[in-house]
Amino acid sequence: MEKMTRVSGTVSGCTMFCHLDAPANAISVCRDATQVVVAGRNIFKIYGLEEDGFVERLNLRVGRKPSLNFSCADVMWHQMEENLLATAATNGAVVTWNLARPCRNKQEQLFTEHKRTVNKVCFHPTEVNMLLSGSQDGFMKCFDLRKKESVSTFSGQSESVRDVQFSIKDYFTFAASFENGNVQLWDIRRPDRYERMFTAHTGPVFCCDWHPEDRGWLATGGRDKMVKVWDMSTNRVKEIYCVQTIASVARVKWRPERRYHLATCSMMVDHNIYVWDVRRPFIPFATFEEHKDVTTGIVWRHQHDPYFLLSGSKDSTLYQHMFKDASRPVDRANPEGLCFGLFGDLAFAAKESLMSAPQSVGDVGRKTYPGGDRRYPIFFFKKPDVTEQFAQVSSALSVFESEAGSSVGMDWFINTAQSYLLSGKPFAELCEHNAQVAKRLNRPQESTTWTMLRIMFSEPANPSLSSNHNLNKSGNLPLVNSFSMKEMSAALNERNKENRQDNLHSLETNLNNNDENEETEGSEGQAEYLFGDAELDDDDLYSMEHDNQAAEEPEYLLPQEAFPLRHEIMDHPSAPEPVQEKPESPHVSGSEAESTCLTPMESFSLISVSQLLFSPHLPPKFFCPIVKEMLCYYAEQGDVQMAVSVLIVLGDRIRKEIDELTQEHWYMSYIDLLQRFELWNVSNEVIKLSTCGAIMCLNQTSTTLHINCSNCKRPMSNKGWICDRCHHCASVCAVCHHVVKGLFVWCQGCSHGGHLEHVMEWLKQSKHCPAGCGHLCEYT
Amino acid sequence: MKEEAGVDLPQALPSGPSAFVPIEEILEEGAAQVMSEDLLSEGRVDHIKMMMGLHPTYLTCFLQTQNALLQLDGPLPLSWRHFIIILASARHQCSYLVQHHSSAFLLAGGDKSWLRGLHCAPPKIQHLQMLNKLLAHRPWIITQEHIQELVCPGAEARWSLAELIQAIVLMSHAHSLASFVWGCGILPEPEQLGDQSLNLCSPTESCSARDKSRNQQEWSEAVNEVKLLMEKMMMVQQQGEEFTQEEMVTRFERERTESLLEPADVQRCVLPDCFSRFVVDADFTYQDFSPRGVQAPPTMRAQDYSWEDHGFSLMNRLYGEMAQLLDEKFQVVCALTYHTMAMHSHVDTSTLRKAIWNYIHCIYGIRYDDYNYGDVNQLLERSLKVYVKTVACHPEKTTTRMYFSFWRQFRHSEKVHVNLLLMEARLQAALLYALRAITHYMT
Repeated sequence: MEKMTRVSGTVSGCTMFCHLDAPANAISVCRDATQVVVAGRNIFKIYGLEEDGFVERLNLRVGRKPSLNFSCADVMWHQMEENLLATAATNGAVVTWNLARPCRNKQEQLFTEHKRTVNKVCFHPTEVNMLLSGSQDGFMKCFDLRKKESVSTFSGQSESVRDVQFSIKDYFTFAASFENGNVQLWDIRRPDRYERMFTAHTGPVFCCDWHPEDRGWLATGGRDKMVKVWDMSTNRVKEIYCVQTIASVARVKWRPERRYHLATCSMMVDHNIYVWDVRRPFIPFATFEEHKDVTTGIVWRHQHDPYFLLSGSKDSTLYQHMFKDASRPVDRANPEGLCFGLFGDLAFAAKESLMSAPQSVGDVGRKTYPGGDRRYPIFFFKKPDVTEQFAQVSSALSVFESEAGSSVGMDWFINTAQSYLLSGKPFAELCEHNAQVAKRLNRPQESTTWTMLRIMFSEPANPSLSSNHNLNKSGNLPLVNSFSMKEMSAALNERNKENRQDNLHSLETNLNNNDENEETEGSEGQAEYLFGDAELDDDDLYSMEHDNQAAEEPEYLLPQEAFPLRHEIMDHPSAPEPVQEKPESPHVSGSEAESTCLTPMESFSLISVSQLLFSPHLPPKFFCPIVKEMLCYYAEQGDVQMAVSVLIVLGDRIRKEIDELTQEHWYMSYIDLLQRFELWNVSNEVIKLSTCGAIMCLNQTSTTLHINCSNCKRPMSNKGWICDRCHHCASVCAVCHHVVKGLFVWCQGCSHGGHLEHVMEWLKQSKHCPAGCGHLCEYT
Repeated sequence: MKEEAGVDLPQALPSGPSAFVPIEEILEEGAAQVMSEDLLSEGRVDHIKMMMGLHPTYLTCFLQTQNALLQLDGPLPLSWRHFIIILASARHQCSYLVQHHSSAFLLAGGDKSWLRGLHCAPPKIQHLQMLNKLLAHRPWIITQEHIQELVCPGAEARWSLAELIQAIVLMSHAHSLASFVWGCGILPEPEQLGDQSLNLCSPTESCSARDKSRNQQEWSEAVNEVKLLMEKMMMVQQQGEEFTQEEMVTRFERERTESLLEPADVQRCVLPDCFSRFVVDADFTYQDFSPRGVQAPPTMRAQDYSWEDHGFSLMNRLYGEMAQLLDEKFQVVCALTYHTMAMHSHVDTSTLRKAIWNYIHCIYGIRYDDYNYGDVNQLLERSLKVYVKTVACHPEKTTTRMYFSFWRQFRHSEKVHVNLLLMEARLQAALLYALRAITHYMT
């Protein structure tokens, strides 16, 4: 603020604008910041900057039919001589204007040495009579205003000069930017060769600007949407800052008195003017959003005042922007950030004020890094700078590291996928195995789920098996009864309409129900063996209802549902049929589960009634809704692995309950995951065991293997083992001279080979190749 | 390599790739090298590639662009792209492209019924017809309203800007390629020959007869013409004279409206069915700017909307990879030179190339403030202008006579070079107008 005192008192005002008659191409201010000149194809006017608006002072476009010399691509007001202006015309002329001329036509000198459009003119900052121009024809010319012709010509050896700028600090140096992406530095005394050249952008460099204070800093803006700041003071030109904007950069101007600020406007599409802090390249420091079409010229009103920016635009307006009226995108930005690391770490940055509260809670595995931590150098705290008004957001970064050995990564997934057994053993054993696997991987919930599934769906008439297992898992046994009862009651409630419990059964249930209630109350805290909290909460209620129901429906007969299913378990121990193509078969099993109609199975079930009467076990179909719910829960949680594994292991027991499409969706997701982790074998097994047609057919695609004949190297087209071109047998075993139809092993040295077992045997006895080629083959 | 390849080359065919250029010359000029790659992979080279093979540097980047446009990822489905090309080339009655892309359309899984005519295509494609017409013949008329109509009609047939920009590039690409096909007299591919009705669409005058009839006097005349042209080029390069604004404008207008260059045959033959089913409003063709007439649209100033600054920036935003490819293609074609002219070598041909480029932009209403259109008059002889203007604006009216009457002493490859310039300048002009309209729409 104290620097304001340096600025002459005349600079004051507010955000204001005036309409021009035509689109502006460029603007420039005079040294004392009281007047601005606007130039364009059809406009060339001088406006006075008053307290409350622009006032037109002078129209330099005179004559009936203004010549093309008035069609300006650029304009510059001399910073030493207040009556002197220069313009670059689209027809290649460089014109100087003297406002002190008494007549209406202020044109002073006309240089028509350039062959193409002149893109830029630039007065020397301290030398009164020196003017530089850069043109589309690839030349830069230096004019002495006291002479009629240019004093020197610089050839960029390339297409189109887009900008030329005299260095503010170095008397002899100027920079030129080119359409091919290069920037050249020249010494005004040496027109033969540039001093340095470097490639700044891909595509044209539209603009450049020397830093008003820092001797070596040059900002460039290009069509590649970047603004770069270069340090020229070192031997090698170095890019020190880079700002990525959203459109090609047409102009760039350093902000006075602010070392790191610069203003940019774009060539196309984007109409805003941005002021950037180059150290914070991701979000503009301030934005001026007044213009309705692209901004073509920007200039700071006074070279020591950072608060006033003038801009001209294609929308035919001239604006004075006040810095205090600018919008600050940073205020609207979201200061929180979240990112996952490669190894499952989670980094989270948020405002410190927000972070302090949860810190007291003391989460496990969380480390907070205050600013300046060397291990995380991306985050640093800047000392608050008085001159810098960037909103200070001090963020705290927290990194949640995965505990060593814990399964935050995806290891558990791979391990589980590899260790789970999905088929090949009786149902109960599969469940038991999988429960152990889950337990070993420290996943108690999954483990318990498997155990419960076993209990729910296991064959109660096979007590030896289940009791064995229960004994193995000590502590589980006492739970069995109470648990199954509880499940039953819940299931009862859901299906109370069709409840067909027989008296006997209900009595049993009632007996058990009491135990169960007590136990549930006692163990509410752990509740690990439950599927969800809801069941637990409603437990008491359900058991009450159950009692009533059982009492009210005494006329219901013996349930038949339990027996057929059990029967099937006995017949097909837990191995789901891989192919379920006939539509009848699901229907049959569906009716099994319902078992309300007279199915052929009934005869069997009647036979087995006598056995079952002694068992307190519930029909597995009671559990189906709850298992279905569980599967959906796991799938929702993202553990599609669990859902699919259970689906496969349960097979027909549950399959009918779940929508075919949902199943297919789960399968697809799981297979996709497996393939991403390159678990091809597991994925193949899953595909094989799946019952969805769409999944099964995955295995049927691209199963063709193309082979070339080993003799003539042509593709084998026919089906047999004889190449139809050379009529030789392809891939003959070197030992037995028969065609190898299975595994073929060959030496990588001599490329002879044959049946795996033959070659193995041969090489046990001999070191040489069986084909007799003399190569010393090795089998490892 | 050449000999080897020569066995497979379609020499057995009576016609070769072009009605104007003898096949021997195409093979001689070293094109075989470029083409051998194609020969190996596909067994044959299509005629367009053979002609462009005369300028291998250009061919590479042309193929890159065309491949990106037709094969690589993009907002439009593959079959649509071919169909749009069919629509666009039908406007210039280019049977070669229509046939080629019809089969490509079917290969890409297009619906066969669409080929019965525009009315069978979905309404979304039918909406393009207006823009297609304007881009082909009078791109300067395109306004933001035309864009708006397509981008937000509110209905389901709406075009997204990304789709639209690809469609625009496709259409202008096809239009300019049609110019090339006609301008070089490219003959139908062997497999297209079956359809006899299409044969008459390509010029069929024998060229070899002409070569023989050239007598000594004509020869020396032609040699003198080249010398004269070179002198003029030197002059143009050195001249530093000044003109008033009015003089410059007059020159520009004169070049633009030289209506004498219109081909004489005005009689309008009925379009063959193979085109008419894809064309709506067939009578809409290029029209000269009415000289300073009331409704004459304002000229476009190159300084106000140029490809390098504005066109590229916009295209880069909407269809990034295409912007890069087109930019490269324009650069290559503008820089292409062998420093030769007819029998002379080590010649700086930049002024001549510039004159052709600017003349084409001029007839499309784009004006460079910093160009003296008097140069065009100096450098481009009348017969060349007739040819250029015909090929650029009414390619279907190109005749063998036109092709042979300009630059009699120049090599065929140089005439193909003119065609490349012509094609790219035309493409750029159309794109600039379309992109300007989109810019206006977006602001």
